[in-house]
Amino acid sequence: MIVQALMFYVFAAVAVAGAVMVISARNPVHSVLYLILVFFNAAGLFLLLGAEFLAMMLVIVYVGAVAVLFLFVVMMLDINTLRLREGFLQYLPTGAVVGLILLVELAMAGGGWVFASDVEELRAVPVLSEISNTEALGRVMYTDYLYPFQTAGVVLLVAMVGSIMLTLRRRPDARRQNIAAQLARHKKDTLEIKKVPSGGGI
Amino acid sequence: MEDTLREYLPILIFLVIAVAMAVGMLVMSYIVVPQHPDSEKDSAYECGFEAFEDARVKFDVRFYLVAILFIVFDLEVAFLFPWAITLGKIGMFGFWSMVVFLAILTVGFIYEWKKGALEWE
Repeated sequence: MIVQALMFYVFAAVAVAGAVMVISARNPVHSVLYLILVFFNAAGLFLLLGAEFLAMMLVIVYVGAVAVLFLFVVMMLDINTLRLREGFLQYLPTGAVVGLILLVELAMAGGGWVFASDVEELRAVPVLSEISNTEALGRVMYTDYLYPFQTAGVVLLVAMVGSIMLTLRRRPDARRQNIAAQLARHKKDTLEIKKVPSGGGI
Repeated sequence: MEDTLREYLPILIFLVIAVAMAVGMLVMSYIVVPQHPDSEKDSAYECGFEAFEDARVKFDVRFYLVAILFIVFDLEVAFLFPWAITLGKIGMFGFWSMVVFLAILTVGFIYEWKKGALEWE
């Protein structure tokens, strides 16, 4: 129990420190690396809450795929960090006002937070029973939550089609492999065997 | 709850050892090794002559396309894990709901195959 509490504070502290470094690191690539650190610590926090499946998904999907995507974006944009910092003081008041408004909104939302009456019983159901977290998810996701599940499939399809539409360009000058043409080739189309008499030449 | 966390104890020990090793190597190399800082030691080295250009060149956008398609299929596989565990409990309805989900994504897979998005020119 004491280890659990200690690990919570370690994960939470490193996550917050990493989040601060994400926005304050000079090099955008370093920012992405700090973001990966935050993802790992969030996975640790999920694990402490008993959400094993979410923790593993965070590592696989966010660290393995989304962070790579962020790195590509950072490298593709060709960001000049020195030029980005030029207008920093000029935009500081506006940014501070926006941040303050968001903080007030968060405080109001947090202050008005009320727990639903049956939430205590609901909270105890999947974690304390015999089945694992992943199994508890699987039992309801494909049957009771059919519509959100199928919608997720459609959203993934849209993401696939959209990214292809936006980024795929065919280059007319590029040489491409035509597998059917390769397989259809015969020996007699391309190869000719000639008897060469010695000393005669062709 | 406690039991599941206990299963992760080896990972915690592994993390502690990894962090201790990394910090130990950094600290020891800082203490033990003689320090003669020189700006030439930090400069980029490119076969003996001065670096021609910045290492931060623009990436081709096609890497991004590959990464996005990877994420989509990564998520698809992520949905398969709970399904595979509970296949005996959720019955035929759960089985066919997953088949429909996979069919939707197969449409996208055929689309990108026919479009040639999986080819590298």
